Amino acid sequence: MRRKVAIGISAIAIGAMIGLVGCSASGDAGGDKVLKISYIKTDAFTALDTLFTSVKTEFEAAHKGVTVKLQPVAGTDDDYKTKLALSQRSAETAPDVFYEDTTALRSDAEAGFLLNLDPYVAKWADWSQFNDAAKAAGAGDDGSVYAVSLGTDTRAIWYRQSIFKAAGLPVPWAPTSWKDILDAAAAIKASQPGVVPFNLYAGTGTGEGSNMQGFYELLYGTALGGDALYDSQSSKWVTGSKGFVDSLEFLHTLYSQNYALTPAQALDPNIWQEVFGTMFPKGTLGATVEGSYTPSFWVKGGSYAWPEYAAEMGAVAFPTQNGQKPGGVSMSGGWTLAVGAKSANPDLAFDFLSMALNKKNALSYDNENSQIAVRADVAADPSYTAANPFVGAVTDLVSVTHFRPATTDYNKISVEVQRATESIITGAATPKEAAAAYDAAIEGIVGADGVIKKN
Amino acid sequence: MTAGALSPSPQPKLRRDPEEGSRRSKRRNLVTLVRMIPLVPAIILMVIFLVGPIVWSLWGSLTDASLTGRAATNPQFIGVDNYTRLFADPLFPQSVWLTVVFTLVSAVIAQTGLGLSLALLMNKANKKVGAVVGTIIVAAWILPEIVAAFVAYAFFSKDGTLNQILAMFGMAGPNWLYSFPMLAVICANIWRGAAFSMMIYQAALNDVPPEVTEAAMIDGAGGAKRLLFVTLPMIKQTITTTLMLITLQTLSLFTLIWVMTGGGPSNNSTTLPILAYREAFRFSDIGYGTAIATVMLAVGAVFSIVYIRALRAPKD
Repeated sequence: MRRKVAIGISAIAIGAMIGLVGCSASGDAGGDKVLKISYIKTDAFTALDTLFTSVKTEFEAAHKGVTVKLQPVAGTDDDYKTKLALSQRSAETAPDVFYEDTTALRSDAEAGFLLNLDPYVAKWADWSQFNDAAKAAGAGDDGSVYAVSLGTDTRAIWYRQSIFKAAGLPVPWAPTSWKDILDAAAAIKASQPGVVPFNLYAGTGTGEGSNMQGFYELLYGTALGGDALYDSQSSKWVTGSKGFVDSLEFLHTLYSQNYALTPAQALDPNIWQEVFGTMFPKGTLGATVEGSYTPSFWVKGGSYAWPEYAAEMGAVAFPTQNGQKPGGVSMSGGWTLAVGAKSANPDLAFDFLSMALNKKNALSYDNENSQIAVRADVAADPSYTAANPFVGAVTDLVSVTHFRPATTDYNKISVEVQRATESIITGAATPKEAAAAYDAAIEGIVGADGVIKKN
Repeated sequence: MTAGALSPSPQPKLRRDPEEGSRRSKRRNLVTLVRMIPLVPAIILMVIFLVGPIVWSLWGSLTDASLTGRAATNPQFIGVDNYTRLFADPLFPQSVWLTVVFTLVSAVIAQTGLGLSLALLMNKANKKVGAVVGTIIVAAWILPEIVAAFVAYAFFSKDGTLNQILAMFGMAGPNWLYSFPMLAVICANIWRGAAFSMMIYQAALNDVPPEVTEAAMIDGAGGAKRLLFVTLPMIKQTITTTLMLITLQTLSLFTLIWVMTGGGPSNNSTTLPILAYREAFRFSDIGYGTAIATVMLAVGAVFSIVYIRALRAPKD
């Protein structure tokens, strides 16, 4: 008996792991037609839920006998991606239409989770409204369309004007090099000791966000520019670059001089909620790098409604290392909607997708979520340009923006970048050591053939 | 019982009919088989739910199965690559070490020691005190793990209960989860797990016949001697069983650590289950994660064998 108990407990210990290996695809929805829609819904992110709830009503009215089943996932982006990938393993659980990150898109297409949408978009009148970057964002490695963009975003420095003024800094502020940032941070620290002068996310706590709203703004602004992470000519990952070490060095200065959050705060996965909800409104943070969606949290009806943001906040491009061309750095990502390859009703699923992304719905989603429109008709709409005072500024950043190399290895490499930054802010490694560890890890992931040594 | 040849017969037959013998043994086999029938469902369940997953985990750890990418639908057999990679990973020895520390300190030493002391004290305590204290201790154990984990998080976090209590005495506590992650999760696990040991030891102590301890007392044995030479040896079996159960539970403990520290900072509280989860689900590397899980299985098996041997020994 005891032995059985022992074995039982050991089995439970591993049960979670192995249940997933090699699940077989079987089963059929059958009967009434049900469309399952999977997406993220949290306290702070309800824009998609609003969108889908209204599209559900509209869709069910237009298609009799079809039930749309909304399956929101409450969790972080990472949790959502994991849950989605797990549900994709069986036709029983795979959603018909789902929210898909552009970085996961290529590997998911390769895994066969996504339906090839080429025949569908060919017949879709609205497809011509989407701009080329948006079309490319939804393409797989084979060039086919696997997903349709919901909107894109850019990153900027968001700063609180009153804090900058109190430190004797010019407003509007326009840093032209990394040094300007450090000087401003020093001035704020000297004049307002209780304020966190300039934050840059780092570490694994905030996941991919710490790269997008942090390290990449540094790295892509170094000498190698857009090829600093991944060399587009040779399609190889860059190792040994001075820019990488310099970027870590800058991060080290920011954290060791206490210009940024404490490492413990920075590693808290929910720190961004504090940044938006408490620190900026209460005036305890001078500046941080955040996405173009920032105003969506503060607008009326947002998660952390703070109407004064329009007058209090400023948004400016992150500078390049020494002010070299193009003078600014931004990162773009964005999410898409995709149709599951295992969907029993792919035509209906695409109908749902196209309804969710038609002009009316895309406009209200882009406005509510402060997304940068990817449809020409939405971008031209007066309500879009007037949605918040920063639409113009963040849309202009499209000219200096970069996209991540969304190869199938990207997610693993992104984690290595996060590990490198984490070891810097916790003081576990020097910039050189962390860069060397990163290089070794990257070579371990993509092999010696997959990396290129650059200065 | 079909006692067969052993049963005494009133008229002893000197010459046995050989056919009768073989018929008897056939019958005996048949009887054994028939008796096995009620066990069949249990055996099938064991194979499906216990042996199956173990074999599956072994197989999975030999593939490059992944959550996404090509290997998600067509995992390839890659031999022991996952294990070679694991044993070369600098994180692995650290995780094993943290797992061992976590298990030894929080389960083997603290939970058993605390559980046993509590049980002994509760036996002596007056009924009302015992009931109140017992309820408080058991409450931690009754809480669902996720709730207990959040409670512990709220207690140890930077502006949490512990630091607020310290602040009342004019002390500024550190951020426990960041500066002392292992200490925090170990304390949390002791808090949560001590009740289980306590309840089992209480039951065992109640089964120790009072005559034996009285006899020892009459022989002049003091409290400590009675405990050491009479009570403890009598509940030795229970101690071993409890140790085994909590060791295996603690080895595979995930939720508490994940919620409290997420394995951080900088992997300073990444035990094997956390490592396995992260590799499998965060980094989509199911094959590698499964290899770690299989190693955990092996570690658990070693512990079980040690304990089972210890259990068998005193029966001689």
